[in-house]
Amino acid sequence: MSAAPSVTTRTQGVQSSRLRGVLRSERVPVPALAVLALICLVMLAVNPSFLSLGNLSTLAIQAAVPAVLAVGLTFVVLMGGIDLSLEGVMGAAGMTTAVLLLNDRTGNNLGLWAVLAAMLVGAGLGALSGLSVAFLRVPSFIVTIGTWQIGLGIAQLLFAGKPPRIQDATFLSFAIDRVAGLPVLVWTAIVVVLIGMWIQRYSRFGRYAMVVGGGEDIARLSGIPVRRIRVYGFVLSGLCAGLAGAMATARTGVGDVGIGTGQLFITIAGVVIGGTVLTGGRGGVLHSVVGVIVMAALANGMVLAGVSSFIQQAVLGAIVVVAAVVTMWRLRARLRVVK
Amino acid sequence: MTSSVVFGVRNVSKSFPGVKALKDVSIEIHPREVVGLIGENGAGKSTLLKILSGVQRPDTGDVILRDQPVTFNGVGDAVREGVAMVYQEQSLLPNITVGENVLLGNEGGTVRGGVYRWSELRKRAQGYLDQVGTGLDAAATTESLPFAQRQMVEVAKALATGERTHHEPVILLDEPTSVLEHAEIEKLYEIVRELRERASIVFVSHRMNEVLAVCDRVYIMRDGEVVAVRDPKTVAEHELYELMVGEERHEGFYHEEGQAEPDPRVRLEISQLSGEHFHDISLTVARGEVVALMGVQESGREYLGRALFGAVPVRSGTVTLDGERLNFRTPTQAVRDGIGYIPSERKVDGAVLGMSVNDNLTLAHPDQVSKGPFIDPALERKTVRQWLDRLRVKTPSATTLMRTLSGGNQQKVVLAKWLLDPDLRLLILDTPTRGLDIGAKADVYQLIRELAGKGLSVLLIADTLDEGIAMSHRVITMKDGRITGEFPSTPSNRPDKADVLARMV
Repeated sequence: MSAAPSVTTRTQGVQSSRLRGVLRSERVPVPALAVLALICLVMLAVNPSFLSLGNLSTLAIQAAVPAVLAVGLTFVVLMGGIDLSLEGVMGAAGMTTAVLLLNDRTGNNLGLWAVLAAMLVGAGLGALSGLSVAFLRVPSFIVTIGTWQIGLGIAQLLFAGKPPRIQDATFLSFAIDRVAGLPVLVWTAIVVVLIGMWIQRYSRFGRYAMVVGGGEDIARLSGIPVRRIRVYGFVLSGLCAGLAGAMATARTGVGDVGIGTGQLFITIAGVVIGGTVLTGGRGGVLHSVVGVIVMAALANGMVLAGVSSFIQQAVLGAIVVVAAVVTMWRLRARLRVVK
Repeated sequence: MTSSVVFGVRNVSKSFPGVKALKDVSIEIHPREVVGLIGENGAGKSTLLKILSGVQRPDTGDVILRDQPVTFNGVGDAVREGVAMVYQEQSLLPNITVGENVLLGNEGGTVRGGVYRWSELRKRAQGYLDQVGTGLDAAATTESLPFAQRQMVEVAKALATGERTHHEPVILLDEPTSVLEHAEIEKLYEIVRELRERASIVFVSHRMNEVLAVCDRVYIMRDGEVVAVRDPKTVAEHELYELMVGEERHEGFYHEEGQAEPDPRVRLEISQLSGEHFHDISLTVARGEVVALMGVQESGREYLGRALFGAVPVRSGTVTLDGERLNFRTPTQAVRDGIGYIPSERKVDGAVLGMSVNDNLTLAHPDQVSKGPFIDPALERKTVRQWLDRLRVKTPSATTLMRTLSGGNQQKVVLAKWLLDPDLRLLILDTPTRGLDIGAKADVYQLIRELAGKGLSVLLIADTLDEGIAMSHRVITMKDGRITGEFPSTPSNRPDKADVLARMV
């Protein structure tokens, strides 16, 4: 048609779009952080002890396990998949840890190798999900419901009717001994989150996960091994769930098939609230982890605010729905007019 | 340089269920040559490009690379041989940076041991971006770029892909200019001419003047066959049109004889309407009148179109339709008021590609094929058949997926979707012929004439100056969100292009 904008408007366009980029801040989960700040403000008025060091460290302990789960899950969700097997994988991994560590039932004493074994069990189950999704082309939703049950089945086998009580002092100390004010478990979670953020930003796998989520067909046309990337995503999710299973077991000290019960809800809710979109391509590890912290803060805050324990769960669910609507408001507008 | 045929196909045929897409097609591309490929809808250009780029394999015949037959098992193979394709429909990922898109799947040394070296990646990508245009930033998020700039990024991506081998690359451009504005098209020509110094190029286009401007040789395709090869320097433009359509059809392209006098009664009256990207817009459209809105990319005309359809919010001002004040909140309401809207991004906003032709056609007005609350399958079949026949939509059947239709046929279905409503009063067309070949364009123009003749009011956001001027009763120019001029336009007295342009820039 006719003349293009002048060069100056163009450059301004680029600069302002970059500024807008930061403000819209896809890299930092602004809405989720705002919700977190709001919770802090409300709690400041309702019960200031929420912000006491003691409670904050409790909060950190509560968030540690789902945060680790969220790191792995994020990569699956970034590719538009879902991993519902987390609780089953945690059960299998938790039991693996318990029976391989020094305990009152089996004769094993592998020490911390048991944690590695738990992670490998998790990675194996993740690989099973991933291979089914990528090569048999079954939706991850249904496949991971299957691996969830397989995980629980493995846990039952290892459980064999009698709970193994862990006697490995080092392992148990992870949930109790504090380094710089926080238990080793929390530091573990922090390290996992940092590694996750690094993977997302700097590794080929992490970037390609974003690419696959942004447009699988385009990824394929660019010669990217989409299926392999998908499998890696589920393996990573399984690996994290394995570690999370071991971490949760360290807190209870007993092998328990149902060690992961309740974690799926808080993790998926956290991922969504954080702004990692279930259709893939948007969000990230940091988003998901902030979302998980929001969930933990809500649960913790309700207790401190004296909300009746009978309705806490329903309130939490309702808040999740509201928070999801709020954090996705922008995307709703974007769906309205796509350009 | 040593081989006489860098790339091409020899005696290639390809069939799809019900269609013979290519019949014994041979083309050759010589070193450092720009080869044009033109043809109507369904002439086989897209299929040929898919075979050249490795998306599909021929049923019979060979792909020839540097004088040897090769087999491409997928795009990856072609890319590894330095054959890069710039897709007509954009193939960039919106959610990653421009730099990543440019080097996608081709990161080379910028990713070492699976680890991204961002500064390296940006630097290398920026090198390619600087070759194609000004102001493209490798670190920007791709979705923050306007459509036209993304097309330039596509070209940069092809440049990067083409340099993967030590041979000179082959670059396939599939209608690269269909979304570009004038200055960007010039820039693209410049790039193509520059590329010719070190690459071979296949250039597919609907715009004849383009093909004549940049190509060394032109293959003309029709009905799955190559019907002629011509040298643009010696061929007359109308000869190419004749070869393409098989008959003389370029005359009456805009069906100007079909322009009827509009009914003097005003149908749409916009008064001091303001919103994001447009300000203080006042205009009227009479019954049976076609008003063309002309303006450059930032003129705000698309936003005005969207606002009238209730798809983007309005800040102030009033809109009346047949004297009735409209209070648009949503497109649903606009549809109920008898307004139809055809968006420019057909594949994103206009058509549901994964649904059948039938479902797309009845999407906005299921009531027209329903009895009571239920869809009446017999009535639906009959109605859909009627429209497909009336608009001459080429589709194997009504249940065919929209995705498999050619662009022109998709657009006809999208049009039919609105025409289904007998009470349709206003049709807002945002570049309805963009990306269509001339045959399909002429069909769309004829349809617009017919509809206007029956009293439908049309607001046309035209793709080109020619189109806007030839199709309308009045041309209204916009610049920076404001109306800057108005020109009456009749078949015997069309406004001067330069005058219109002067009010747009």
